[in-house]
Amino acid sequence: MLSPMYLAATSNKPLSDSSHQPASHQESASHQASVQSQNQPPIRVVLAKLGLDGHDRGLKVVARMLRDASMEVIYLGLRQTTESVIAAVEQEDADVIGLSMHNAGHLALAPRILQALRDAGLDVPVVIGGIVPESDIATLTEMGISAVLHPGSSAVEVAEAVRGSLGEQPVGK
Amino acid sequence: MNQLEGRSSTADLLEQAINGKRRAQGQLLTLIERGGFAADEVTELLHHYTQSRAHNSTLAGARCHAAVVGFTGAPGCGKSTLVGCLVAKITQEAGVGRSPAVLAVDPSSPLTGGAILGDRIRMEENVPAARSDGTDRTANAAVGGGAFIRSMATRGHAGGLALAVPAALRLFEACGYGPLIVETAGVGQVEVDVTRTADTTVVIVAPGMGDAVQANKSGLLEVADVLVVNKSDRPGAEDARRDLEHMLDLGHMTGLTGQWRPKVIMTTATEGTGADQVINAVQAHREHLEHAGQLEARREARIHQEVRDRVSQCLETAAEYHLGTKPDPLAAALKERITPAAAAAAISQHLLASDMPA
Amino acid sequence: MTSNRDQFTTMSGVPVDPVYGEGPLPGEFPYTRGIHPDMYRSRLWTMRMFAGFGTAVDTNGRFKEILRHGGTGLSTAFDMPTLMGRDSDDAVWSTGEVGRAGVAVDTLADMEDLFADIDLSAVSTSMTINGPAIVALAKYIAVGDQAGVPRDQLSGTIQNDILKEYQAQKEYIYPPRPSMRIITDMMRFTTAEMPRWHPVSISGYHIREAGATAAQELGFTLANGFAYVEAAQAAGLAVDDFANRLSFFFNSHSDFFEEIGKFRAARRIWATWMKQRYGATEERSLKCRFHTQTAGVSLTAQQPEINIARVALQAMAAALGGTQSLHTDAYDEALALPTEKAARIALRTQQIVAHETGAANVADPLGGSPYVEWITDEMERRASEIFDHLLELGNGSMLEGVYEAVDNGWFVGRIADSAYRFEREVNDGTRIIVGVNAFTEGNDNNGDNLLRIDQATEDLQLKRLATVKQARDDEAVSRRLAAVRVAAQDPTKNLMLPVIDAVKAYATEGEICDALADVFGRYVEQAVV
Repeated sequence: MLSPMYLAATSNKPLSDSSHQPASHQESASHQASVQSQNQPPIRVVLAKLGLDGHDRGLKVVARMLRDASMEVIYLGLRQTTESVIAAVEQEDADVIGLSMHNAGHLALAPRILQALRDAGLDVPVVIGGIVPESDIATLTEMGISAVLHPGSSAVEVAEAVRGSLGEQPVGK
Repeated sequence: MNQLEGRSSTADLLEQAINGKRRAQGQLLTLIERGGFAADEVTELLHHYTQSRAHNSTLAGARCHAAVVGFTGAPGCGKSTLVGCLVAKITQEAGVGRSPAVLAVDPSSPLTGGAILGDRIRMEENVPAARSDGTDRTANAAVGGGAFIRSMATRGHAGGLALAVPAALRLFEACGYGPLIVETAGVGQVEVDVTRTADTTVVIVAPGMGDAVQANKSGLLEVADVLVVNKSDRPGAEDARRDLEHMLDLGHMTGLTGQWRPKVIMTTATEGTGADQVINAVQAHREHLEHAGQLEARREARIHQEVRDRVSQCLETAAEYHLGTKPDPLAAALKERITPAAAAAAISQHLLASDMPA
Repeated sequence: MTSNRDQFTTMSGVPVDPVYGEGPLPGEFPYTRGIHPDMYRSRLWTMRMFAGFGTAVDTNGRFKEILRHGGTGLSTAFDMPTLMGRDSDDAVWSTGEVGRAGVAVDTLADMEDLFADIDLSAVSTSMTINGPAIVALAKYIAVGDQAGVPRDQLSGTIQNDILKEYQAQKEYIYPPRPSMRIITDMMRFTTAEMPRWHPVSISGYHIREAGATAAQELGFTLANGFAYVEAAQAAGLAVDDFANRLSFFFNSHSDFFEEIGKFRAARRIWATWMKQRYGATEERSLKCRFHTQTAGVSLTAQQPEINIARVALQAMAAALGGTQSLHTDAYDEALALPTEKAARIALRTQQIVAHETGAANVADPLGGSPYVEWITDEMERRASEIFDHLLELGNGSMLEGVYEAVDNGWFVGRIADSAYRFEREVNDGTRIIVGVNAFTEGNDNNGDNLLRIDQATEDLQLKRLATVKQARDDEAVSRRLAAVRVAAQDPTKNLMLPVIDAVKAYATEGEICDALADVFGRYVEQAVV
């Protein structure tokens, strides 16, 4: 007998025709699922900094931390606009957006990106990193920011914030 | 990750994608990249769509194929900057209906499987067309215009990438993009293989980095249809050009490169110099292929290769599955009662004797 | 205790000499131990505090206050749009950033407001601006011209160090080579007409803040300095005519002895290279003068008050390292712009170092310590490795080597590597940062008493800019902008002149920078992660 995986990979049946399901498909689907859970596809994160500020030390460190946490980072870097971030999120099908903020611009920039995401019909969580006073965190999370990371956050905290932002997404959406 | 779609919604996604919805195009690419059932389903649906479009079309021979151009070269040669420059030129100058799509392939970390994909941003850099009118990246074609850029990590398995790239290109084509560009770091067999999916392959070297020699050694010169010396404002650019021409001369003498002799073009991508010549050379190569009847041959070779890749992947999967069940010959080999070769022969025989699915 | 006295004693009354030890003393080549024989005895370091936000009128008020209290140095911080060559009414880039991190200066009118009723011949002005530095300097000259102050009476410093922008701070506009042409034009102009002006302050501060090590800060910064020297020489200037007006700006970080070794090595390397490689003969051309600021990046948001201790130790390292001026960071800067109270504590901190610790009584008090001498040599050795690499890249030219290393991402790559190594050490606990990965009891990050800039500043500035644009002669503006473009295309022309003309016609900073970008292009960095 050939393996179910063999069938899965060679199947050329029109899969959209769900009324015609060979039993082996069901079998291999569950097998596939277990293989996938062992080997989850990487989380894709778009990393960018909005506005004019040129401090990218934190952004670069976070990029490496996420890579080392097995994620794929689409690095946009400095001086991005809401438009360029949205375009990247759409084309790259990013799971999470990571934005670096430094010059106390978070209260102006965060609503802008969230509005742009809504306008584009994108339901992608946003994690902010940078110098954000504790008293502003509640304001940011209320407006829809998933998490806020401070300078000095550990690699584990950074990765957990990104994973956590996905966990909060409604399942099956 | 986001929104693992059920069957019907894949069809919905495809419909949206074909109607130009970039979000859907991006999501379908994710399914393709992930492989397995969902990817096969996308490919299947795409096939039906293209078939019916060709059937319904009033134009004869409507099954046109978008040109596929591969760009490869060692890290640091300015490949992404050059691609970005060409994309901007094509989008801005070719008039209506020309929206290039780019697949930018970068290696995953072998240690963690993660990746930092920086090609996208490099493509948006130094685009001279966007400079001259005093605007900048917000007005850049690569971001806001008709072009579509997708970054793809190798994810550690050459086979998966080899399957995903042709499928992604088919999706781009169905969605009306063209020309299609595949960009890979010119290191290793994976890249050379992926480059083979193109009608025209552009190999880029930079002066003074030993790129030309390296490209020759790694077999890249053999697949090159157009050669570019980028950063040609640097010292050593002329030497690099001469080296390439010299190696081409040798290649010609051994008959390696066939009838087409690749042009060597000098560019400075950061200034936009030479971009037009690259576009013209790619065009000329495509015309050459058409006249020589090789376009069809290349297309067939590609499909042949893809089928072969799929077959080997299946065999590999089957072998792994089978070995995982520890059949008797394996057990015997482990105890050194029979040789590994004998065990393999026995297992293979068993595998190949199995019923093939109808 | 005052600093100008005949006799200096310890707190207990023990008399102390101006310097101890053998070998080349302070004030002697190669100046490892300091540029003056008795260092701070004759003159303390300048306590320069960098400040400013809101509108030009607000900052003018603050300037006058400084002058009333006997200060003579005015230090100008510009807002982000001004630093990037964008006008306040630039809808894409400036919204939300006007007047936030510094003062907004769009047209000459704002510069007039900034220095209204201030005698420019009697003050020294420091302007921290790089990409659009030529426009800022032109405006300052224009204000002086209006008031009838001769240009040779204008005194001050403009940061104007574009090379470190590509390496670290990223506030560039044009690609490196045209930017360098602008800087050499400014050097030629100031050498001829403004002998009291320092046209470049070569800055390692931002390189360090971006994550570089001490040795990288030292090596990259001095390499940039040599690159400016080579560019100026290539532009026809004689080294002794301009070298004494080059100054440096370093970071003082938390590793006390490493920092002191870095400062000492900087002086030795600069003097040696200027003499041997660039043929400087005048003593003043050999002396590495520098301003120091404590490391903003070392400040923690956790238990912010303990930053006062960090700043004190870093200030002490700068003093023992022989700095000519010092800015001490406010303890709350990890959270927001400093409050007035925090800025005052920062100033008091360096006053304690200067007047209470006795550190200013003896020149280079650590000289001769085996460890300090060793780490000085080690800093020099590591910097030399950097110079060797750059010279190889540039085929013997430091200027070409720096261009190449900017272009191929070498600088940003090395800095990113160092930053990541540091973060990993903090992460895995091999490097302790108090309050961050150890001794965290008492962490209570709060948002109380943080300075916030309101939207009113931006609205006011937008109104101001609209009024100026309304009143000016648009015809004259476009004529003079055209002249800027023409001069930009001709490398034999000095850009200072047409830029001064354009400024005087009330062309905005954004318009002038755009005109130059039409010819020079805009730089976007090669992303190296």
